[in-house]
Amino acid sequence: MGVGSFFTSKLDEAIGWARKYSIFQYPFVTACCGMEYMATACSHYDIDRFGAGLPRFSPRQADVLFVVGTISHKMAPVLKRVYDQMTEPKWVVAFGVCTCTGGFYDNYATVMGIDTIIPVDVYIPGCPPRPESVIDGLMKLQDKIAAQAQRY
Amino acid sequence: MSILAELQRRFGDAIVETHDHRGDPTAVVAREALLAVLAHCRDEVALAFDVLMDLTAVDYLKFPGREDGPRFEVVYHLYSLTHNHRLRLKVRMDEDDPNVPSAVALWPIANWLEREVWDMFGVRFEGHPDLRRLLMYEEFVGHPLRKDYPITRRQPLIGPAS
Repeated sequence: MGVGSFFTSKLDEAIGWARKYSIFQYPFVTACCGMEYMATACSHYDIDRFGAGLPRFSPRQADVLFVVGTISHKMAPVLKRVYDQMTEPKWVVAFGVCTCTGGFYDNYATVMGIDTIIPVDVYIPGCPPRPESVIDGLMKLQDKIAAQAQRY
Repeated sequence: MSILAELQRRFGDAIVETHDHRGDPTAVVAREALLAVLAHCRDEVALAFDVLMDLTAVDYLKFPGREDGPRFEVVYHLYSLTHNHRLRLKVRMDEDDPNVPSAVALWPIANWLEREVWDMFGVRFEGHPDLRRLLMYEEFVGHPLRKDYPITRRQPLIGPAS
């Protein structure tokens, strides 16, 4: 099926719709942002409403890598390896300012943003971000998943 | 007899300086006598410092009033379970000769504590069985808790171990 034909684009949409509501996340939680991540994941804010309710603790089973918390230089190779082990299609969410830019850390130990190591799809700033911000970021990621060209 | 008086009586000039602020005895020890003092603190029945609570270092570079003095101090915090008393020992050394004898033979916990001090301050411990960095990775250049380590220096990123 050629690109641009009617049928292909509709199939893309169907797959995008399915993928955006079946996000299996891998929470790479290293710091205090984890508390907000837990608050978001639990029943009060309930990201299961967005189809992202099931964390997988193996990168091989996950679609979205949630990097939650400060990444040190020593942790960087571990994060890179986890990302490399995830199967396509995969997305990355930088959760909190430490993962976005290094945040208020500007020192010998901290990586200045995880985009120096792996590609990032959505940045959620905040120290830590409130659950509303997280859900906003998650919905932006869903829009991105639905809109992109689907590989299958 | 107080701990400090006992140490001074036994080691004389090797105890460079003492103070006892609010029951918090501290002695500055000459480096040559350090191991002997530490061993005495551990083995003497009246002292019986069986726990090395902490081993750390201080960089006095540009410290007000100590600009000309020895740059580094390694600090030993000792505690006795038997007598429930504590002692702080310090040993001073110059910038061009940051070496201290290792206390690993006396307290095994000194192994990691000395590795941390080496990692952070670049103080070497002679006789240490395995003096590698403890907190930072091997490719790291410099010793980050030294006062002249540039606060914004960027280190090269390291890749996954192959």
